[in-house]
Amino acid sequence: MIEHNHNGIFTIVIGGAAGDGIREAGNNLGQVLAKIGYEVFISFKYPSLIRGGHNYARISFSREKVFYDNSHIDVLVALNDETIERHKPKLAKNAFIFSENFDENDLKNFGKNAVKITFSQFTAELNALPVTRSSVALGAICHLLNLPLQEMKNVLHKVFKEKLLESNIALAEKGYEFLKERDFKHWKKIKPNENFQKELIDGNTAFAKGLIAAGLKSYLAYPMTPSTSILHFLAKKQKDFNIRVIQPENEIAVINMALGMAYAGERVAIGTATGGFALMQEAFSLAGVAEIPIVIAVSQRQGPATGVPTHSSQADLRFIIHSGHGEFPRIVMAPGDPEETFKCGTQALNLTWQYQMPVIVILDKHVSENLTTSIINADSIKIEKGKLAEKTDSKYQRYLVTEGGISPVAFPGTPEITIKSNSYEHDEDGIATEDLDIIRKMQDKRFKKEETLLKGIGKCETIKVYGDQKSKNAIVFWGSTKTVVLEAAKYLDKKAKLIQVLWMEPFDTEHILPQFKGIKNIISIESNHNAQFAGLLREKTGIEVNHNILSYDSRPFEPIELAEKINFLLK
Amino acid sequence: MQELNTKAKITWCAGCPNSQILVAFREAITELTSQDKLKIENIVATAGIGCHGKIAEYLNLNTYTSLHGRLIPTMTGIKTANSNLTVIGFSGDGDAYAEGIEHLIHAARRNSDIKLFVHDNQIFALTTGQVTPTSPKGFKGKSTPFGNLDEPFDPILLMLSLNTSFIARTFALDISKTKEIMKRAIEHKGFAFVDIIQPCITFFDTREYFKERIFWIDDQPADNPEIAMQKIKNIKGKIPCGIFYEISKPTFEAQQ
Repeated sequence: MIEHNHNGIFTIVIGGAAGDGIREAGNNLGQVLAKIGYEVFISFKYPSLIRGGHNYARISFSREKVFYDNSHIDVLVALNDETIERHKPKLAKNAFIFSENFDENDLKNFGKNAVKITFSQFTAELNALPVTRSSVALGAICHLLNLPLQEMKNVLHKVFKEKLLESNIALAEKGYEFLKERDFKHWKKIKPNENFQKELIDGNTAFAKGLIAAGLKSYLAYPMTPSTSILHFLAKKQKDFNIRVIQPENEIAVINMALGMAYAGERVAIGTATGGFALMQEAFSLAGVAEIPIVIAVSQRQGPATGVPTHSSQADLRFIIHSGHGEFPRIVMAPGDPEETFKCGTQALNLTWQYQMPVIVILDKHVSENLTTSIINADSIKIEKGKLAEKTDSKYQRYLVTEGGISPVAFPGTPEITIKSNSYEHDEDGIATEDLDIIRKMQDKRFKKEETLLKGIGKCETIKVYGDQKSKNAIVFWGSTKTVVLEAAKYLDKKAKLIQVLWMEPFDTEHILPQFKGIKNIISIESNHNAQFAGLLREKTGIEVNHNILSYDSRPFEPIELAEKINFLLK
Repeated sequence: MQELNTKAKITWCAGCPNSQILVAFREAITELTSQDKLKIENIVATAGIGCHGKIAEYLNLNTYTSLHGRLIPTMTGIKTANSNLTVIGFSGDGDAYAEGIEHLIHAARRNSDIKLFVHDNQIFALTTGQVTPTSPKGFKGKSTPFGNLDEPFDPILLMLSLNTSFIARTFALDISKTKEIMKRAIEHKGFAFVDIIQPCITFFDTREYFKERIFWIDDQPADNPEIAMQKIKNIKGKIPCGIFYEISKPTFEAQQ
C-alpha cells in the first residue's frame, strides 16, 4: 500500500465488468460531488467490448482544482473480483473496499476496511436488474463520505424514469443504511467550495456545445470511438438545438455530404477518430482547393490501424497536420480540457467561415471522454459569418483574388449569378484550368489567407503559460497531456515554466519562440513514440528540447509517477 | 434567358455522344425554365470525375465538380441544406458503379431528392481505356489485355432491387428522347436514376451495336416492381430504353 500525500484529493474507483453500469455510476457520483461544491475529475477505462472485461471509473475530488484523477485510491468499489486484484497495488493506507466477495487473504490484508456489501442480495430482494448494483454502492459511498443522500437521489431523478428510478433510489437508500447501521465512516476534512457554479462535463460534450454556440446547423458522423459521444449528444439534443444530425453510410459520405451542405451555405461540422479521418483524406483536400468551410473533430486513439480502440494516444499529430494531398492552408487546434474544447468548437466554426479553410480540432480519448468540473459559458459567443458577397452583379467570381486572399462567398439560389465550385485547379470563375500563371496565382491566393490569419493570430490563444515564468526549466506539452502535467506540477520539487501549445497549424512561431528565452532545460511530454510535437517545435522554431518523456503503451501518464520522472530531470 | 454555355472550350472528342447529352440537358433546362417550372438560379449541376465530369465546365449554372465517385453524397448535402435547389448530378459508370457504388445504393435507399444521370460508356475513357463494372466479360482493355475476368452488372436491376423511386435508361444518340427523360427525372420528387448509354467513340465504339438493339418503351412507367421487371427484360437481345419505374414516397430531405 502506498503512503500518500496528495493535498486533500480523495479518490474513488468503481470497477466491474462491461455492462455493470460503471460509467453511469461514476458520472452520478461526480454530479453529486460537483453539486456539493467539489472540483472533480473522472476518467473511464474500458475495453472494446459490450459485456465482460474490466471497466472502471476513477473519481478524484478536492476543494482545489483537480486537473487529473489520482491513482492513489481511497475507496474501491468492486463489482467483480477482478477489480480488487487489479487495483490492490494502488490502494492508499486505510482505503475502504466494498465488495460482495472477499477471499480470506483480502480479509486478512484489509481488516476492518473490507466492507462486505451483498449488492446482489439487495437487487434480488427488490427484483431489480443486476446493473442497478452500482446504486447500492453509491448510497454506501454517500454515507462513508458524509455526502447528503438527497443529492444522490436528485441526480438519480435526472437519470432514471419510472420503475428504474424507484429501484435505483431504493437501492441507494439500502446502501446508505447498510453502512450507517455498521457505522462505517471515512469522513475526510475536505471542505467543499461555496457558490460553486461549475458543471461536470466531458470534452466531447463541451466541444459540441461550442459548435452550437457558434451557430452549427448540421452535424454528420459515422460512429467511431472516441468521437462517438459528440454524435450521441447532438443526435439526442437536435430538436432542442434546432440542428440536423445525420449518420451517412461511411466517412467518405460524411465529409462529401458536409461539403455539399457548406457549398449551399450551411454551417456544418463532422467528427471521427483518426482512422475515419484517414478515409476522408481526398475530400479534405477538396475542402482545401475548393475553399469550402468545414470543421472536423478528430479524436485520437492508439493506432496504427484498428489499434487499441478504447485507449488513448497522441500519435496522430503529424498525420493530422499534414493531411490531404497537395498543399493548402488549414487550421489545426489541440484543446486539452473541456473548457478548451468548448472554446475551440466556437473558434473552429467561426474561423472556417472567416477564412474559408478547413479547421481540424484534434481530440483524444482522454479529452473526449474524461469529465471535469468546468465553466462553459456560451453567452459571449459571437457568430462570425465571414466575407459574404455584396448585393451581386452578374460578374460574381467565386474565387476572386483579393488582397487578403479571401473571396466573397455567395450561395446557389442567388439570382443572376452562378457559383462554380471545383475540385480541379480553377480560375477565379471556378472553371478548371491548366494555365501555369493561373495555377500559381490561385495557390498564392489560398496561402495568402494563411498570412491574413497569422496577422490576427494574437487574439486566438495559440499558447498558454503556467507555473513559474522566471524558471530556467520549461515543460512543454499539447492536447490532453495538459491535464496530467498540471496535476503533476503540484508535486514538483523545483520550479518550472509550463508551456502548453494549442495551435499546431499554422504554428504560431512569433508568440511561441519568445517563451523559451532564457530557458536552459526543456522537457517535452507527449503520448507517442516519435516525440512528434518536439519535432514540430524544432522544425518551426529551431528549439531543440533537452528531454522527452514519452508514453506509447495506450495508457495515460499518472500524475505522481510523471512528477517523479520530471523531478529527476529538473535542474 | 441566361446563356447556358461558358468560356470553357469543349475538349471531348469530336463526335463524342457526351456532346449530345450536353445538348439534351441544355434543352431540357431551357424548356423547364421557360415554362416557369424551374428557376435557373435554383439549379445546381454537380459532376464526378471522368470524361462526363467536364460537362460542369460547359454549363453556365451553379456547378460543383466533386471527386471521383463522390458526387452523390455531395448532392444530398446540397439538397438537404437548401430544399429550394434542384440538384442534378452527372456521373459515369466508373464514378457511380465502381468508385462510388456505395453512395448510389444508399442515396436510393434514403430516397434523396436528387437526379442522377450516369454517362455509361462501359469503359474508363479519360484514363485511356480500362474496364469498368459494365464492361463485358472478356473485354480487352489496357489493364486487361487477356480479357476482363469480371461479369458486368445491370445497374437497372440493382436500382429496382432498392425500390428506387424513378428508374430510366436512355441512349445518348437520341437527343430528343434523352431530353424528355431528363425533364421527367428533374420533375420527379425523389431519387431519379437515369442510365445513359453513351458509346465511347475512341476506346469502345458501341454506336452500331446499340443502334441495332435499342427499342423504346413508351408506355407509362410501372408503379410496382413486378411489372417493372417485365419492362426491363431484354427481349431477344434487344435493349429496352425509357422510364421503367416511378413511385412516390417521402424524400430524405423532406423528412429531416
